[in-house]
Amino acid sequence: MTLTAETPRPSATAAAGRARRVRLLPLVAPYLQAAPLTVALLLFLLVPILTIVAVSFWDYDSVRLYPDFVLTNYVELLTSPVTWKTYLNTLKFAALTWAITLGIGFTVAYFLAFHVRSTTWQMVLFLVCTIPFWTSNIIRMISWIPFLGRNGLLNSGLISAGIIDQPLEFLLFSDFAVVLAFVHLYALFMVVPIFNSMMRIDRALVEAARDGGASAAQIITNVILPLSKPGIAIGSIFVVTLVMGDFITVRLMSGGQSASIGLMIANEISLLQYPAAAANAVVLLAVVLIMVVAMLRVVDIRKEL
Amino acid sequence: MNTTRRGLSFYLLAAFFALFVLFLYGPTATILVLSFQGPEGGLTFPMNGVSLHWFHNLFEQQAVGDFGGSFRRSIALGLMVMVLTVLFSVLAGFAFRRRFTGSGALFYLAVASLIVPSILVSLGIGLLFNILGLEPTWYGSALGAHLTWTLPFGLLIVFAIFNRFNPAYEEAARDLGASPWQTVRHVVLPILLPSLIGVGLFGFTLSYDEFARTLMTAGSFNTLPLEIYGMTTNVTTPVLYALGSLTTVFSFTVIGLFLLGLIALRRHRLRRAAAAG
Repeated sequence: MTLTAETPRPSATAAAGRARRVRLLPLVAPYLQAAPLTVALLLFLLVPILTIVAVSFWDYDSVRLYPDFVLTNYVELLTSPVTWKTYLNTLKFAALTWAITLGIGFTVAYFLAFHVRSTTWQMVLFLVCTIPFWTSNIIRMISWIPFLGRNGLLNSGLISAGIIDQPLEFLLFSDFAVVLAFVHLYALFMVVPIFNSMMRIDRALVEAARDGGASAAQIITNVILPLSKPGIAIGSIFVVTLVMGDFITVRLMSGGQSASIGLMIANEISLLQYPAAAANAVVLLAVVLIMVVAMLRVVDIRKEL
Repeated sequence: MNTTRRGLSFYLLAAFFALFVLFLYGPTATILVLSFQGPEGGLTFPMNGVSLHWFHNLFEQQAVGDFGGSFRRSIALGLMVMVLTVLFSVLAGFAFRRRFTGSGALFYLAVASLIVPSILVSLGIGLLFNILGLEPTWYGSALGAHLTWTLPFGLLIVFAIFNRFNPAYEEAARDLGASPWQTVRHVVLPILLPSLIGVGLFGFTLSYDEFARTLMTAGSFNTLPLEIYGMTTNVTTPVLYALGSLTTVFSFTVIGLFLLGLIALRRHRLRRAAAAG
């Protein structure tokens, strides 16, 4: 459409030269426009990942790395029971966090989209949900300490209410604390895409279902839930990939008592075992990609924007 | 939808929503209060007096690392990431409005950038610089690492904007004799401006809070999240909360300024529209 609109008018003197430039420009313009983004992603994403793949086949000792092609890093990784246990633990975190954030995300989005009637209130409440996302994750994790600690608010509250007489030890520095922090940090990644999907549902469909005699629960399961699937898929991709690659939350909230693949990689990095970390990273990337491809079968991202 | 009476389900859902908001803000509010602990106070309640002791403590150089320097670096880095994110994603957004060879691959590269675990980006860039014999710096390698996180967000937002963009405005501008550049400058960009402010906010705050991607790419000088992380392992006084409160207040201020900017922009436009008749 742009090509026809920019056909030059043969009025000026240097018309021929200009005409060629004008006709050429629309052809190369997209490449010039996409170039900065492409270069940035190639330099800082694709090349580094290829570097990881290459280094994962290198040899190393305590002093330096030796460019080579050995499979020892992968063999050591995949034959170690620690790896499998750690993957199991990471998948457990991912599954729990996914299920809980999905429950919260769907309920909150459903409330905002279908029960809050004024658009202004919808936007205000939505903004209230999103603001914590803009603040530091580490600070948000730390802020659980006074709440969950041995002498924290929850324990002292439960003790003074007479429900328990010993402080609960499992609250902080445990798997419970890790999942709680994950839910706290990432629930928003579920709320936003599901809300977005729900806002596009034609209200007439809900009306029609009600006129047809459907109960509120039936409307949710037969109309709203299927139509929210794209949002659920996008939210799930975010939450699952963020949890699978995390190391800081697990380290801080479990107090070093639990493990995840990300944490394993981070530890190998701090011990300067780069080829081992690289092999671990390649396997993690493969696992995450498989999970994402599986979830993408539900949704075409480009249609959802 | 417009039944006049609200049922029980509304109140149950509203209560759930209120709990969710409490869950989101409660812990942060707690450390906000605890950062005013008295000099003898600990990491948990009860409050042992009220003081600004821990905020003073924060600004004593020897007490906790290089707080001021890391704060300045994080802001500078955030601003650089913000400008580049807005610029690169808008340009790419224009590119994607037409078909070009490789557009599909570029789109999937951007999406991949979102789902590749942060620690891999950190490790990859760290290794790359190591092998090439380059010194990682917060304004070089860390900047690139942050862009892999902010650019795909920026691009997706710009996509969403262009999908809702009415091309009739551009056609009208062209029919009235505007050059392509004039169309962009006076028609397209002003319409996009509010959303671009949003992209900028994304760019700045995602970079300002980023930890994992900075870990192996910042070089010898820490950014603020790295500094805070270092503190969590060796500081056991409320000075940690004081730092948390300060950065949270800073984040809120940045968000507030962006929102005020948006409101001011809208007012300005309404007034101009009214003045124009």
